[in-house]
Amino acid sequence: MSLMQVENITMNFDGLRAVQNFNLDLQEGELIGLIGPNGAGKTTVFNILTGVYIPSQGTVTFAGENITKHAPWQINRSGIARTFQNIRLFDNMTVLDNIKVAMNYQMKYKMFSAVLRTPKYRQEESMVLKESLEMLQLFNLVEKYNFLAKNLSYGEQRRLEIARALTTKPRLLLLDEPAAGMNAKESEELMHLISWIHKKFNLTILLIEHHMPVVMGICQRIKVLDFGQTIAEGTPDEIKNNPKVIEAYLGEEVDH
Amino acid sequence: MSYFIQQLLNALQLGSIYALIALGYTMVYGVLGLINFAHGDIFMAGAFFGFFTAYLLKLPLIPTLILSMLLASALGIMIERIAYRPLRKAPRMSLIITALGISLFLENFTRATLGGQPRSFPKLLEIQDFTFLGASVTNLQVVIILVSIFLMLVLRYIVQNTMIGKAMRAVSDNKEVLALMGISLDTVIMVTFGLGSALAATAGILVGLAYPVIDPYMGITVGWKAFIAAVLGGIGLINGALVGGFILGFIEIFAAALLPSTYRDGIAFTILIIVLLLKPTGLLGRPVIKKV
Repeated sequence: MSLMQVENITMNFDGLRAVQNFNLDLQEGELIGLIGPNGAGKTTVFNILTGVYIPSQGTVTFAGENITKHAPWQINRSGIARTFQNIRLFDNMTVLDNIKVAMNYQMKYKMFSAVLRTPKYRQEESMVLKESLEMLQLFNLVEKYNFLAKNLSYGEQRRLEIARALTTKPRLLLLDEPAAGMNAKESEELMHLISWIHKKFNLTILLIEHHMPVVMGICQRIKVLDFGQTIAEGTPDEIKNNPKVIEAYLGEEVDH
Repeated sequence: MSYFIQQLLNALQLGSIYALIALGYTMVYGVLGLINFAHGDIFMAGAFFGFFTAYLLKLPLIPTLILSMLLASALGIMIERIAYRPLRKAPRMSLIITALGISLFLENFTRATLGGQPRSFPKLLEIQDFTFLGASVTNLQVVIILVSIFLMLVLRYIVQNTMIGKAMRAVSDNKEVLALMGISLDTVIMVTFGLGSALAATAGILVGLAYPVIDPYMGITVGWKAFIAAVLGGIGLINGALVGGFILGFIEIFAAALLPSTYRDGIAFTILIIVLLLKPTGLLGRPVIKKV
């Protein structure tokens, strides 16, 4: 079943065409990679899909609904979550509160019942605590629940950011260069983590990544962008052997 | 000794008023990075809401308080909706100038419609004196201090323990990411303005009861002082507003008690300047370290 259709997206910034005629058809349960050299427009695509930018042309349909012009918080509620290339946590809040915030909109109680500590409030709060701790457990962060997010190690922050995104109960997860700044061993662990999340949460994942082993290892399909245009699309093997891709992207890697 | 206790109570009374108003400044600063210069005038409007509720509807103290808090919340939310929200993406300076404009508007609109003469605030409480450790205390003082402390505790509870409170802290931490948690920034900002304005209205009514005259310009000096209290404690921090409010109250009362009372503002501001020179982010503020 098709989960998301992106049709003919074009994004202009004052004459700079960051993305041109971008198309994507995501099937439910797929794990797709989006690659391309720096400045190719990958993150711009993510910003359009999450409502940060409204595209100059084209439409984004998610689960049958046109979300092109929806606000970011509405899009998150429809079921799309993301992480950032440069990790963005609530630095001065605890690990636990970072997760709890992500459950915010699923809460029904009103401020009034919180002040009076009604049974409904207490019941919902204990449910939130239980689910948050379970999530932290899955990501091996539960011992650090009371740490401020900024005091975690880099890898832990990355895991917390992914855990927080998953807490909003998405159907589609967008990961923006999760292996950025990681060494070979760490990015291999991350690769396993992403595969595991994909199965465990029954998710559709769109992944931007520079580490070729990560992308080639776990993605079912790969799309390659260069200067805002799609230059290739296919299975990891097809991409590896595509001369255009080698010229635009992999060629650089071979040189050094 | 009894004189000291007397002054201590006066300081607590004044400090709790400052703290109530300072909370509104600090909360709005926390979520928007805006010094809401109209906040002192919401305090004034709250006093007038109380005045009319008590006179026209003949309500007793608690219902007057609740109704005025609701009206002031509505006013605060309306100001944000009409004047600040359209400027959300404009430069910070435009927002600050708008806030000053709203402040002047509220003062002059009130004066134009209700007249500039001071009005005596209705006596919603039968004043009774009693002696406490040799100091003479009125029940009004006790009410002011207790109501303020109660509301501060409620607010702290909301910010620390509820979902909307977590959202408020999350906004001040990272505004862009909040939306990715499925939370609407507009809602959080609305609640912030509503809560802050309700506290300011309470302060307005308590001041009306304690110094029983109110006028359209009563918010200016008190507003500035509360703003100073917020900066003194560390703007953006709830605890900072409480600490700053009480410290300012104590400094003013004891400066007036030990020196001619005309010195009190001068001394208060001198101490403020010294504190900020030594600790620019306020007493509870952490130094800002920029990574390069």
